[in-house]
Amino acid sequence: MHCLATVLIRFDNVSKRYPGGKEALSRVSFEIDSGEMVFLTGHSGAGKSTLMKLIIVMERASQGQVFVHGLNVNRIAEKHIPPLRRDIGVVFQNHQLLFDRTVYDNVALPLIIAGFQHREVGRRVRAALSKVGLTDKERVLPIALSGGEQQRVGIARAVVNRPQLLLADEPTGNLDRGLSAEIMKLFHQFNQVGVTVMIATHDLELVSRLKKRQLQLHEGRLVDHA
Amino acid sequence: MHSGATAAVSGRRDQLLAWLANHRQVSSETLVALLVNWVTSAMTWLVLGIALALPVFLYLVLLNIVALSVDFDGNPRISIYLQQEATASETKQALGLVGDHPDTQEVKFITPDEALADFQERSGFGDVLNSLERNPLPPVIELVPRNAEPYALRQRILEIEVLPFVDLVVVDLAWIERLFAFISFGERVAWALSLILSLGVLLVVGNTIRLAIENRRTEIEVVKLVGGTDNFVRRPFLYLGFWYGLGGSITAWILVHTCLLFLAGPVELIAQSYQDDFSLQGLSAMETLALCFVGSLLGILGAAFAVSKHLHTFSAAMLAEG
Repeated sequence: MHCLATVLIRFDNVSKRYPGGKEALSRVSFEIDSGEMVFLTGHSGAGKSTLMKLIIVMERASQGQVFVHGLNVNRIAEKHIPPLRRDIGVVFQNHQLLFDRTVYDNVALPLIIAGFQHREVGRRVRAALSKVGLTDKERVLPIALSGGEQQRVGIARAVVNRPQLLLADEPTGNLDRGLSAEIMKLFHQFNQVGVTVMIATHDLELVSRLKKRQLQLHEGRLVDHA
Repeated sequence: MHSGATAAVSGRRDQLLAWLANHRQVSSETLVALLVNWVTSAMTWLVLGIALALPVFLYLVLLNIVALSVDFDGNPRISIYLQQEATASETKQALGLVGDHPDTQEVKFITPDEALADFQERSGFGDVLNSLERNPLPPVIELVPRNAEPYALRQRILEIEVLPFVDLVVVDLAWIERLFAFISFGERVAWALSLILSLGVLLVVGNTIRLAIENRRTEIEVVKLVGGTDNFVRRPFLYLGFWYGLGGSITAWILVHTCLLFLAGPVELIAQSYQDDFSLQGLSAMETLALCFVGSLLGILGAAFAVSKHLHTFSAAMLAEG
């Protein structure tokens, strides 16, 4: 049974060229199994974000194929993109919270979009907030939170819909060492309950400590996927 | 295989309920947002109200002119002078021919004696007329036709002129033709004005919504990234457009009826001088409903236009290139 179904993401000879000629990714191929935790490393401009954008179909590959859940997302119709994204949680470096809404409303957004009933929304939002340790901040506006807390709200929003796949783009970029370690621990916990996690980072120290697979990009090429 | 998320919302009924709940929430949220920033909203409503009020006002003016001309016996009276030598039975025959026509609304026969008596009374030439050997006045049929349109009226006159014993047919067509020409011109002006000002409403709403979209850029990007459909993203802006349009219609209604109230006094004075109890007509319930419908529709269309134009320009630049 551990055949194709266990492969969650597959890049097959993928290149991405932006208008203007810059090649952000060249001939990248790899697979990520369901339940894995993988680090995506490389310098700024190495193509980490482009790779993630291809997975959530914010961009489409110029060449090659990208498969998510066995679906060729490079050929997916526009109307099938929203359901795909609902099954992927994304954490941003600058967390992208809505500052005119409470923590609760921020975290609830994916559930409202997915069409959950009011009561179920409340239940899941509280569960997500308790996982990231922010149960008491439900009614607070994000502006009143520290950087680390804001990032945890972003994570709660990413996991509230219980996605199979969690993508994080430099989630610890603006945080100090202690907070970074905490955030990483959170991702590790999600991975342990079965969520596939992919984290783009240039914090090599954190990466080496967790002893997970690494995809290293250099100028758009995959140089190491030990 | 898929996470619990999809299972929990798989029921069609649940989906529908959630969809309705979202509509309810978005519609009230957008209205509340407009009312909180009421100064800005009122400005927009006033602009839209003025644009909608102008054609409505013109429409009401025309409506009232038509009502007025009907009140002043707008249906023209055709006077049919019969040959003087026509005998009583012959005039009776003519009267029958005219009276039985389906287009006849009202018919009245005036004998030469009646006409003479009336003339004596009104003109003051009683003595002079008494001195005449015989009554010089012919028998007359006065006819009010059903259809007062100039073309139909002309046809009717042609028919009457060839009837036996008819000497002369007199009707003042010119003023009726002029009135109808004036009204149809006014209608054209109202339509042209409506089209131009509808375009104005579309542009005002579109521009206002464009600003709203700019202000909520981050929200739109986040919603799209967590799997919001285009409809979900569009919904609040379409509701904003709807509220702007509806508010504009209500403002227009208030403006128009304030104007009418302002004009009612002088108009009634004029009407009284013609011994007529004419009063200005406002918009009926159906017309008010139509105004609200058109206004809201224009609001939604303007918003849809702005949304379709500006929404796809968002390619979220949220993941910093790294």
